[in-house]
Amino acid sequence: MTSPILTVSNLTTSFRVEGKWKSVVRNISFDIKPKETLAVVGESGSGKSVTALSIMRLTPPQSSKIEGSIKLNGKELLTLPDADMRHIRGNEIAMIFQEPMTSLNPVLTIGFQIAEALILHRGLSRSEAEAETIRLLEKVRIPAAKSRFHEYPHRFSGGMRQRVMIAMALACKPKLLIADEPTTALDVTIQAQTLELIKTLQEEEGMSVLFITHDMGVVAEIADRTVVMYNGDEVETGATEDIFRNPKKPYTKALISAVPRLGSMIGKERPMRFPVVDRNTGESDVPVEVPDTVKAAERPVLEVAGLTTRFEIRGGLLSSVKGRVHAVENVSFSLMAGETLALVGESGCGKSTTGRSVMRLIEPLAGSVLLDGVDVLKLSQHDLREQRKRMQMIFQDPFASLNPRMNVGTAVAEPLLINNLASRSEARDKVADLLKRVGLQPDMANRFPHEFSGGQRQRICIARALAVEPRLIVADEAVSALDVSVKAQVVNLMLDLQARMGLGYLFISHDMAVVERVSHRVAVMYLGEIVEIGPREAIFQNPQHPYTKRLLAAVPIADPARRLQKRPVSNDEIKSPVRPADYVPPVRQYREVSPGHAVMIWGEEWEKKDPAAIAA
Amino acid sequence: MAGSTLASPSANPAGGAAAAAVSVSPARETWRRFRRHKLAMASTVVLGLLVLGVIVGPWLWPVAINDIDFSAQLQGPSWAHPFGTDDLGQDILARMMYGGRISLAVGLAAMIVATTVGVIIGALAGMSRKYADPVLMWVTDLFLSLPQLPLLLLVIYLFREQLKAVFGVEGGVFVLIVVVIGGLRWMPVARLVRAQFLSLREKEFVEAARAHGATKARQMFNHILPNALGPVIVAATIEVSSAIIAESTLSFLGLGFPPDIPTWGRLLFDAKDQLDTAPHWALFPGAAIFLTVLSINFIGDGLRDALDPRRVI
Repeated sequence: MTSPILTVSNLTTSFRVEGKWKSVVRNISFDIKPKETLAVVGESGSGKSVTALSIMRLTPPQSSKIEGSIKLNGKELLTLPDADMRHIRGNEIAMIFQEPMTSLNPVLTIGFQIAEALILHRGLSRSEAEAETIRLLEKVRIPAAKSRFHEYPHRFSGGMRQRVMIAMALACKPKLLIADEPTTALDVTIQAQTLELIKTLQEEEGMSVLFITHDMGVVAEIADRTVVMYNGDEVETGATEDIFRNPKKPYTKALISAVPRLGSMIGKERPMRFPVVDRNTGESDVPVEVPDTVKAAERPVLEVAGLTTRFEIRGGLLSSVKGRVHAVENVSFSLMAGETLALVGESGCGKSTTGRSVMRLIEPLAGSVLLDGVDVLKLSQHDLREQRKRMQMIFQDPFASLNPRMNVGTAVAEPLLINNLASRSEARDKVADLLKRVGLQPDMANRFPHEFSGGQRQRICIARALAVEPRLIVADEAVSALDVSVKAQVVNLMLDLQARMGLGYLFISHDMAVVERVSHRVAVMYLGEIVEIGPREAIFQNPQHPYTKRLLAAVPIADPARRLQKRPVSNDEIKSPVRPADYVPPVRQYREVSPGHAVMIWGEEWEKKDPAAIAA
Repeated sequence: MAGSTLASPSANPAGGAAAAAVSVSPARETWRRFRRHKLAMASTVVLGLLVLGVIVGPWLWPVAINDIDFSAQLQGPSWAHPFGTDDLGQDILARMMYGGRISLAVGLAAMIVATTVGVIIGALAGMSRKYADPVLMWVTDLFLSLPQLPLLLLVIYLFREQLKAVFGVEGGVFVLIVVVIGGLRWMPVARLVRAQFLSLREKEFVEAARAHGATKARQMFNHILPNALGPVIVAATIEVSSAIIAESTLSFLGLGFPPDIPTWGRLLFDAKDQLDTAPHWALFPGAAIFLTVLSINFIGDGLRDALDPRRVI
């Protein structure tokens, strides 16, 4: 038996809110053995980040108190003087954070920032520190580490910055690495790389990892043992396999059943609701396939042809065009009433720009967008307002897409009043009806958006979009920012509404597992172009394009049995769609794989990749 | 930024239900929240008393402001003269009440002018995606770079007589001073509003409004302006104080109202030579300006908080 590196017992952290102590984390106990990975998983507000901050004693000293005991190698941390605690941070426990974009100082080179930590903590001379920094950068697999030493953070992509953060955390050879949602802000392929890197480094350095996440898929990928938290309490602790195979508590069951699993839809033709599990009893209903909603006989609601949107990058003395972002390049698709077409791809692939161009929130450069046969792009501003009744949008961030100064009733009624669809008193009744339809209480209309949780706000946004009885809804990452259980509820709501109202959804998402669940057809975008489009089953079971294959391979699978397998992941970064001003996009050819399933014929830049050679 | 501190990122649905069970109009709700802001309420009372004092005070204290009494020069506060007398034996309380009307009116009017001009220019610049923005900002920079004092001298020299002919002696100077102070102080407000508009117009809720078919005016008045209001209110309250002080400066330089009209600034100017022998002469008008400025600033803070539904009050 090895003695644990970190022992947390009866940890209770309270914050002072308006003079009263409010406990945010209650009676948490766990320990981490050497070289072990422990995941703390929970939804937002479950106290998982506060647990990590408490271990580092980084909670604000005046307005918080930490009780219980935290022992690092048998040494009690809670009673340690501040000076000794500072020594522990960085030297023995290192931490990496969620947001790699803001955790590096933008005016210092990354080499300098890492070397600084080495000089301060390990007392190296500057030249030694620089040599060590390059070694660390190589260790976290940053290509051409030596030449990138003197570069500034803005030259690094998100994934590369997270690598720099990891290198910095490794600088002092910590015994314990606390990773607070380190991959949440990253794209799936980059997330897969980062997880693989953390696993490899853990083996090489022999450190323990406390991994905090909300993503059960990530937990299954990385953790030996798992602590499930809910609302500040520890719900269940155990080996990751046991938690997944045999969850004991209802909440854990609910959480696991809400996790969308890639490959769970094999053999199903139509989208499926998520199972609803009662949080208290743990009983689950059996989800059924939704009824056939696609009106295949009618003319498609939306026909997009040759859509192209580019942004000019101007610079220089006369602000001439220096380059263009080819955000959307010759994109064509169509969407039936009652059908869900998913646009998937990684950040920068132009999926959101496509959605906004269809809505004409951004003016596209070329192409046509036919909504019920009317070309939206040719309408005058006045006619466009008229036409927008037929298409609505749901945005990613339910916190930003509601006006904080406007109460919910006014917000939902606004589209009705703008379009003169109802008088004020009629609008009030209509709002009550809409709120009921999305599962909220009509008397909530007087409340302001900040009084609602994220999932409720997204319901409000859906109610607002439904107010004008649209034919098409563009859902731009509509469920990406929500917790898993809430995500499942909102997806179920969207499916119900589709069945009832015959809505067409353009479902923009990076989350392949959710897409598999909700969509009839899928279009995969890469650098502004659709590389593959087809029925959902064809794309997921028979992917043709190398990019589609890579994307599917990178999705974390909520199955701990696969954890020990090494997965071939490349160290590639996502390419940028910025092109020089004189760039002429190549003419693309598509090949039909099966009826409705088309794939772009790819060039040799995809052929060179040998998965075995770049596994790293 | 528009996003001032949030009450809590994820609201407590159970707690909110009880609070908002009754439906109230937004104005009522704002007043209820404002009343809870203790400092702002106290300041409202103080400012109310000052305003009341300068309006009804002259009836309750009917002493002529130009009643010269050489037997009572530079006297300290007494029952006969609660605020003392000046070097001509004139009653300072009576003079302050008379002058306070002008000082307060100048302050509020100049604030309204500066804020209105600033909000309009800032909003136009912030909403424009083409040429209006750079042009308006050049104008703003131009105004910021004007040497204010020489310009004031010039404007007053050029226009005082004409305005006097139209509005009378006091009225003419009042209009002139309000226009001059307001016209030279809108730039910070315009800059502030433009910056707010630039960031707010890209917010998703404005984009959502566009997607619903909202016109530009609706986006501006219903969505952007209410969210930009917080900093504007604070800037406006600071404007009142600086306008009162600017009027004092002008009076101090002898450019404002005629010397026989005892605005608070003028009283300070007259008192400066006797500071060592008769400090009360300067203290009372000084304290009045101080109280006005302070209470208006606190009221501004209270208003900003009361208008923001996210703040817990």
